[in-house]
Amino acid sequence: MTDTTTSFSTLEKHLLNDFQHDLPLSATPFADMAEQLGVSENEVLSTVRKLQDEGVISRVGPVFTPNRIGVSTLAAMSIPAEELACVARIVSAFPEVNHNYERDHEFNLWFVVTASSEEHLEIVLQEIEQHAEYPLMSLPMLEDYFIDLGFKLQWA
Amino acid sequence: MEPNKPVTQLSTEDRALIKIVQRGLPIVSRPYAEIAERLSTTEQDVIQRLQKLIDDGSIKRYGVVVRHRELGYKANGMVVWDVPDDRVSELGSCIGKFPSVTLSYRRPRRQPDWPYNLFTMVHGRNREEVKQKVEEIVETCGLQDIDHTILFSTRRFKQRGASYTAPANTSGPAGFIRLNTTEDTAP
Repeated sequence: MTDTTTSFSTLEKHLLNDFQHDLPLSATPFADMAEQLGVSENEVLSTVRKLQDEGVISRVGPVFTPNRIGVSTLAAMSIPAEELACVARIVSAFPEVNHNYERDHEFNLWFVVTASSEEHLEIVLQEIEQHAEYPLMSLPMLEDYFIDLGFKLQWA
Repeated sequence: MEPNKPVTQLSTEDRALIKIVQRGLPIVSRPYAEIAERLSTTEQDVIQRLQKLIDDGSIKRYGVVVRHRELGYKANGMVVWDVPDDRVSELGSCIGKFPSVTLSYRRPRRQPDWPYNLFTMVHGRNREEVKQKVEEIVETCGLQDIDHTILFSTRRFKQRGASYTAPANTSGPAGFIRLNTTEDTAP
């Protein structure tokens, strides 16, 4: 496997690593980042845009606390291998579904369902079962033990 | 970390703002001014509303959100543990401190199909590295007697930020969505 992290420039590494949390809420966040790194605002803007276009940066902005401004659950299904791709597409088509993965287990389809209320969530879970024609196991978060400081990148 | 605080009551203005920012800031010199224009309000109002959402805990983290796989962390293992109920908090906190871990949640068991009550996400460049990191976690947190299993992801069908503002009257699939549009770490 190639290690893609080695191909980033110094500026890219700093942009990826140094601003994952506590980005100040100033009117000009990218100019602030530029000042901290000793480069121009335009360099920061163009580099962040490039990393976002490449998919390395998903976005710049808030990560919301689970179950505070909406409700969500982790759902799992056990699907025969030959039907998995088809069922996964049905599940992914719901706008309330994000992070839909195949995992190597008897429960082989895992996804997160997010909704604006408990009632909405229940309806969506039922609709997914109906459309997918397989039962779903819902595992809502009961407690969160993780302090999110982003993901410390270890440059090789 | 406070568990299970009730869902925050949001104003219409906050909902409209969240709908825009959950997909990320526009990458421009004055992003909040641009958002303010779309909401017919002021730059200062947008910044103050976001500050309030950070202060009241609705926003957990604010900054650059990276995608692990594109950074070379191609293996992610969902490591699930069957922990005695009275030790979940202690062990969940211990595992959550590792730099390779991005989630540590308590979830219900579903006996007999599903005995595991602690869910952690461990990232590595490959499966071997994830397994090594799990071994380190077992050693450090003293989990030798705790049953666990690693569920590696083998295909990503969809990955994007959570959408919290979907209407309550959604009625099923609205067509297939292109995969990998935007994304982060799974809630």
